[in-house]
Amino acid sequence: MTLLDIQDLALSIHGTPVLKGVSLDFAPGEVCGVIGESGSGKSLTALSAMQLLPEGSDCSGRITIAGRDVLSMREAELCRMRGADVGMVFQEPMTALNPVQTIGHQVAETILIHEGASNVEAMSRAAETLARCELPQSRFPLDRYPHELSGGQRQRVVIAIAIALGPKLLIADEPTTALDVTTQAEILLLLRRLVDEDGMGLMLISHDLAVVAGLADDVVIMKDGEVVERRTARTLHRDMTHPYTKALFEASGHQPDRTESRIEESLLKVENVSRDYLLPRRTFLGAHPTMRAVDSVRFEVRRGECVGLVGESGCGKSTLTRAILGLEPVQEGRITLDGRDVFTEPDVRRKMQVVFQDPFGSFNPRHRVARLVSEPFHRLSRSATTEEIDEALTSVGLAPKDKHKYIHEFSGGQRQRIAIARALIIRPELIILDEAVSALDVSIRAQILDLLVDLSVTYGLTYLFITHDLTVVRSIADRILVMHAGRIVEQGNTDDVFEAPRDAYTRRLLDAAPKLPA
Amino acid sequence: MLRYTVKRLGSLLASLVVASLVIFACIEVVPGDPASFMLGINAQPDTVAALREELGLNRAPHERYIAWVGGLMTGDFGTSYTYRSPVSEIVVERLAISLPLAIYALSLTILVAFPVGILAATRRGSLTDISVMATTQLGIAIPNFWFALLMVLIFAVNLRWFSAGGFPGWDEGIPAAIKALTLPAIALALPQASILARVMRSSLLDTLSEDYIRTARAKGLTGRQALRRHALRNALIPVLTIIGLQFSFLLAGAIIIENVFFLPGLGRLVFQAISQRDLIVVESVVMLLVFAVIIVNFLVDLAYAWVDPRLRSRA
Repeated sequence: MTLLDIQDLALSIHGTPVLKGVSLDFAPGEVCGVIGESGSGKSLTALSAMQLLPEGSDCSGRITIAGRDVLSMREAELCRMRGADVGMVFQEPMTALNPVQTIGHQVAETILIHEGASNVEAMSRAAETLARCELPQSRFPLDRYPHELSGGQRQRVVIAIAIALGPKLLIADEPTTALDVTTQAEILLLLRRLVDEDGMGLMLISHDLAVVAGLADDVVIMKDGEVVERRTARTLHRDMTHPYTKALFEASGHQPDRTESRIEESLLKVENVSRDYLLPRRTFLGAHPTMRAVDSVRFEVRRGECVGLVGESGCGKSTLTRAILGLEPVQEGRITLDGRDVFTEPDVRRKMQVVFQDPFGSFNPRHRVARLVSEPFHRLSRSATTEEIDEALTSVGLAPKDKHKYIHEFSGGQRQRIAIARALIIRPELIILDEAVSALDVSIRAQILDLLVDLSVTYGLTYLFITHDLTVVRSIADRILVMHAGRIVEQGNTDDVFEAPRDAYTRRLLDAAPKLPA
Repeated sequence: MLRYTVKRLGSLLASLVVASLVIFACIEVVPGDPASFMLGINAQPDTVAALREELGLNRAPHERYIAWVGGLMTGDFGTSYTYRSPVSEIVVERLAISLPLAIYALSLTILVAFPVGILAATRRGSLTDISVMATTQLGIAIPNFWFALLMVLIFAVNLRWFSAGGFPGWDEGIPAAIKALTLPAIALALPQASILARVMRSSLLDTLSEDYIRTARAKGLTGRQALRRHALRNALIPVLTIIGLQFSFLLAGAIIIENVFFLPGLGRLVFQAISQRDLIVVESVVMLLVFAVIIVNFLVDLAYAWVDPRLRSRA
């Protein structure tokens, strides 16, 4: 018996076709992984099943859930179906919950609106459901508000909302993308357990092959609104035939060609650096309590090296980055670049540049690319020449004529290239890459990694590569620093750390990371 | 919540102290001597000096400030130079009109703006939405004294439903007093309701595109239920800010409308007091208005915390 059956689903939004004949089906108790890069239509396929599509959508084809035809249902029937027969979990747990309602209320609401249960009964069932999602009442009472919980805990609340009525089908759209690796592993385990206990069908949407491969029974690969391949998850890596699937696989585990070119001369030195943040006063005139975000950190980066700094959110890696860039003072210790202190001799900062994570938020939309790229020259007393701009753009694989365009005319991957061009233009020695490839699709990510390796050879660059993504860091870094709760808990050559981690936290991190079948 | 309230109260007191200092200082530097103004151009210098002594104008500034603030706290606002009667009596008399008028106008504002704003937001892009946007644009653009005169012409002169102006006093019965305040309240409410409806609309549109509304729909809530249970309360935060500003404005800023309808309200009192150099009245009324504004802001702050639990815990 099939649970969700989608046949020849076509969808257009305001006349633009986005889904072209999508078909997929799976049975209760099965996990169907849907994989695709951004714009592949995977989320819209899920939203079509819920009929929660944006305005101006036009759906055709056939969608049945447990034998019932979804596309012919009236709105009132759809409302009865959503939440009761089908639950949905979304990507962004930080915004998926109503900030002004307690978590108990939000879980109980699913029960209240569908079953007309009494308030007391709905609340007690909400408590049970939250406990099933590993949020026991003793530690997470019903009257907690979302802002009092972490991202992973919020995602558990969202899952509790979705499964409160024991739906037959659960749709999870990138449920772990916004979470840390260890939290991701826990949430995936929870989803698997719920599927096994309730015999639900789970449609798991992700851009990450490794996440899906570890959990799904079947895998559907989507590209540009079409299903290009469908396989059993366990044997996908052997059976895949479609070139796109193969390309996706290659890109996920992509290993840029690197030649070691390090010189035993230290470029960046971080010596015993600590950084405290002031917290709000507890009493009216009392002293500010402090929080130590970076605690006696000490490491060095040698010329020509690529050093990976790995850690989960809140571990202090961004604080450390800002300190290295000389943007925020430190309370203890010294940071030197090429032997000169970044705080007392700010001139030395022109030898380092930074590339940030978000290719959409880190450019001024009103300036043309030429101006954006030449921005680092503000620290020098001259402006960039046309040749310099052209060279910077060419070196990152763009054309000189692109300098006349505005940033919105570029895709995410191209924007990240422009960010790299901006960092390169004044020929720095050190480039700090702060989650620089985390927001990119795997195929684009692979290209950018290749580009970074090429550039480091051409220009003799040194990288400090900050990321939460272990796969990426393994493919590009010579050495790794593992950061946890403000401290560097382990450092060593990449292969040594991956193969024989000494610290317990490193081991936990490596275990949690989803792996591609070899 | 208690911590939050105490903190807000602290900032309320601090604002009052600063405001009283600023007002006092402004009055000090304003040109014009009340004593010579009261006695006219031909007054003898020694008569003026005697009056200055009587009014306490010869004392040092800090002594006068302390005396003034001390008086305010005990309810003694001093005596008006021109009216020759206690300022507190005059103010209470005027407040009996201005305060009900402000509350009346604000109630009308909210009663109109909420449904209109919600309607426009839920039917975004529809004919209803477009007409709401056009009408509110007009409501903001029309000068309200002109609208007031138009209403007088239609409802007082032609239809004779209302009187053209004046206030019978609360002794004449509540219905009569409310009737007298109706046209001024509508005139005051028109632009405010237009502004508030637009704020409500845009705030609600922002909220309706939030992820948690999608979560609510995925639970099985209808669009209307999601609006009522999840969107409205979240959309209220910017709306509350505007309501707070509007109330303060309506209390003191009704001067033009008070003039059109011959209402002896606070606005007219300040205006007259300034032109007659009745500084003690100016000082006291301005301080009173500042006090009202600060209290309103305090209430708005409490309302924020009631709406948004994140504020309660952050305090």
